[in-house]
Amino acid sequence: MSVIILLLIASLSVALLFLGAFLWSVKNRQFDDDYSPSRRILFDDELSIDDDKMPEILN
Amino acid sequence: MEKATENALLCTHCGEPCITDRIQVDDKPFCCEGCRMVWQLLDDKGLCTYYSLNQHPGLNRRLPVRKEKFAFLDDEKMAAGLIGFRNEEETHLTLYLPAIHCSSCLYLLEHLRRLHPGILSSRIDFTAKEIFLVFHHRQITLRGVVELLASLGYEPYISLHDLGRSRPNANRDLIYRLGVAGFCFGNIMLLCFPEYLGLGSADGALRQVFRYLSLVFAVPVLLYSAQPFYISAWNGLRRQFLNIDAPIVLAILITFARSAWEVLGGAGSGYFDSMSGIVFFMLAGRVLQDKTYRELSFDRDYTSYFPVAVTVLQSEGDPVVKALPDLRCGDTLRIHSGELIPADGILTRGRAFIDYSFVTGESVPVTKTVGEIVYAGGRQTGAAIEVLVVKEVAQSYLTQLWNRQSDPAAAKPSFSFVNTLSRNFTLIVLLIAACAAVYWRLHDPEKIWKAVTAVLIVACPCALLLTSTFTNGNILRILGRNGVYLRNAETLERIATATHIVFDKTGTLTDASDPVLGYDGVPLTPDQQQAIGILASQSVHPLSRALARKFGSMLADAHVHDYREYPGKGVEALVNDHHWAIGSAAFVGAQTAAHDLPGSTVFVACDNRVLGSFSVSSHYREGLTTLVRRLGPGLRLSILSGDNPRESARLHQLLGKDTRLLFGQSPLDKCEYISRLQQHGERVMMIGDGLNDAGALSQSDVGIAVTADSNNFTPASDAILRADRLHLLPEFIRLCRAGRSIILGTFLLSILYNVIGLSFAVHASLSPLIAAILMPASTLSILLITYGSSNLLGKKLLSMRR
Repeated sequence: MSVIILLLIASLSVALLFLGAFLWSVKNRQFDDDYSPSRRILFDDELSIDDDKMPEILN
Repeated sequence: MEKATENALLCTHCGEPCITDRIQVDDKPFCCEGCRMVWQLLDDKGLCTYYSLNQHPGLNRRLPVRKEKFAFLDDEKMAAGLIGFRNEEETHLTLYLPAIHCSSCLYLLEHLRRLHPGILSSRIDFTAKEIFLVFHHRQITLRGVVELLASLGYEPYISLHDLGRSRPNANRDLIYRLGVAGFCFGNIMLLCFPEYLGLGSADGALRQVFRYLSLVFAVPVLLYSAQPFYISAWNGLRRQFLNIDAPIVLAILITFARSAWEVLGGAGSGYFDSMSGIVFFMLAGRVLQDKTYRELSFDRDYTSYFPVAVTVLQSEGDPVVKALPDLRCGDTLRIHSGELIPADGILTRGRAFIDYSFVTGESVPVTKTVGEIVYAGGRQTGAAIEVLVVKEVAQSYLTQLWNRQSDPAAAKPSFSFVNTLSRNFTLIVLLIAACAAVYWRLHDPEKIWKAVTAVLIVACPCALLLTSTFTNGNILRILGRNGVYLRNAETLERIATATHIVFDKTGTLTDASDPVLGYDGVPLTPDQQQAIGILASQSVHPLSRALARKFGSMLADAHVHDYREYPGKGVEALVNDHHWAIGSAAFVGAQTAAHDLPGSTVFVACDNRVLGSFSVSSHYREGLTTLVRRLGPGLRLSILSGDNPRESARLHQLLGKDTRLLFGQSPLDKCEYISRLQQHGERVMMIGDGLNDAGALSQSDVGIAVTADSNNFTPASDAILRADRLHLLPEFIRLCRAGRSIILGTFLLSILYNVIGLSFAVHASLSPLIAAILMPASTLSILLITYGSSNLLGKKLLSMRR
């Protein structure tokens, strides 16, 4: 039966990971603007916003 | 080169018809120098993708932005209110750009750094129409950034409101809680399955582990996710008001207490899954219902409409720029063309030609001469004037009216039939619980605790809360798709229960931007009409715009020379070698007839010969005649107008004999008329548009602001209605009423579920399994019914009239 405990721990940590990912994405304003990202990707050959810089600024 | 019709050239930048073909670069036509300059700038910097993403993405630049308009941004104190962050080198700034509308805007604004090396990066939040900028303030000043944006046609909207305002983030908080509740709910349900399927009994130790884990997962739901309900219930209780959240909180607490007692005592697995499930679904409903329109603002006071700063003249030295709140009586202001008059004052220099369209809805400017009083809220359309302030900004005639109710929540007491329903429901449930307790006391005292808690768990009015939030949320969405944006769900109910509708006339029932032109004079040949159209299209005066629209279809290539505009008088030019003049009687040298109203009649002269005059009458919006019939007999109507009663016969004909018509109403009269109606027990819905209706809108039970464009600035209101959807008002009201029926119907259904649950509960035999089946079954069926029926109704009511 101990294998069930092991599986339980594994599944719960995966679930927690996803919960964390969800909370992070909300905090990171990923759901705020549903228009720009889909358009922005179309001009990526010319545009290079410092993506590594933006998140810390935005928060 | 773009050609929309055979003979009309469209501007490459903004897509408006070109008056002349002389402004051209590389065979690309432009309507004005402003547009051409923007195009050349973008062409120089290799940003012409802007024009290939969308056709004519630009905004008309015919009216240049005044040079000193943003001078106030050089003032450290004012700038500090806007700047988000500043260090030695960088400045971070968020600006609201109402002009953002397409992917071209996105492209251009995110490439700003190509236009100026000082700008490090820019990022758009499209939904909020905001730009986030990082720039080197050693290379470009804040004012420079704002002026760069303005020169491209994206003039930032900066108001007193923005200065020192913190941005609300309340909704995100609810999403976090929803996420946590969903996580816990899912896991608890999985942990409960073995027990429900009878597998847990095989291994006692494992069963205990599962039960304790459920308890652990239930704690965040109880302590974190359910918090909004505690707060709302507590706020209600403090005001001695039992709202729907109070019995829900009671049920949550009792469910948790009993479940924890069972698990810790080893007696059972508890109802953690039902509890967390209910919290999850109720939060989901709340998120759905509270989804507001982020880009719209319902709480505008005069500060968001007025400029941030004005130029104040001093007896000695240069004029200074002063922030509005610092204005004092006796200051002399210089108001430039296109600027707003921020405070009541006396005109001391220049000829005022004031557009009060936002105040009165009347688009024809009013002329004022030196010595006359000018009221705050008007926009000067002529040359610069000087005004001596006689009343401070907050004390001006209109701003005072606007500020009458600074606390709308206190003015309009919260009411909802859902709360009444839940209160009665709760009382009955408590009665049943008491009966069950008495019964078991006589028969088997050990079961009292079990029976009573089970009754309270089952009896939580969460089904009612679910149906109301999901129905309201869905109806809000349907309305939003159809051009009505409501402030919150409570507004739905206010609309459904309104008994009296009060309309403002000018700008609400009539379309001030599209007046009907009547012509009186010598018949015009097509050539002459064309010339008038061309000349009129050069000017931005509302009457000229109307003329240009009337003859716009005949625009062709023509030669316009020596165009001159005399603010407050008229325009003149040489069109195809004839001298044409359009303007007031005095300007063209015509005789005025007695019935001509100044400002609503425009005369036309060719080669100094007066041909005739165009006069303007109101253009009523479409669908008004059937509006009254479709509203039904239950609603009384009134029309309030600031105008003279010359159109009363026509209004009676349009709106029926029973409609009350009141003319010559001042903003204060309107406000008082509504409070009189309210004293007679009427629930008043006010539909208006201008600043002059602001007082009436906030006084009424539900105020609806009508606007041609939802990005325009509307007075504080409960709802914003797109002007071209005004004729759908009866359908909107019917939909709001239908929402009540849906909530009531689904609630009756949920009572059926409750009766089933209660029958188990009073027998003290409510097993967790039954609760676990009953809860999702009732929830899902309720959601399906509310969603389906409200969608169906919305379609039925609105599709045929779109």
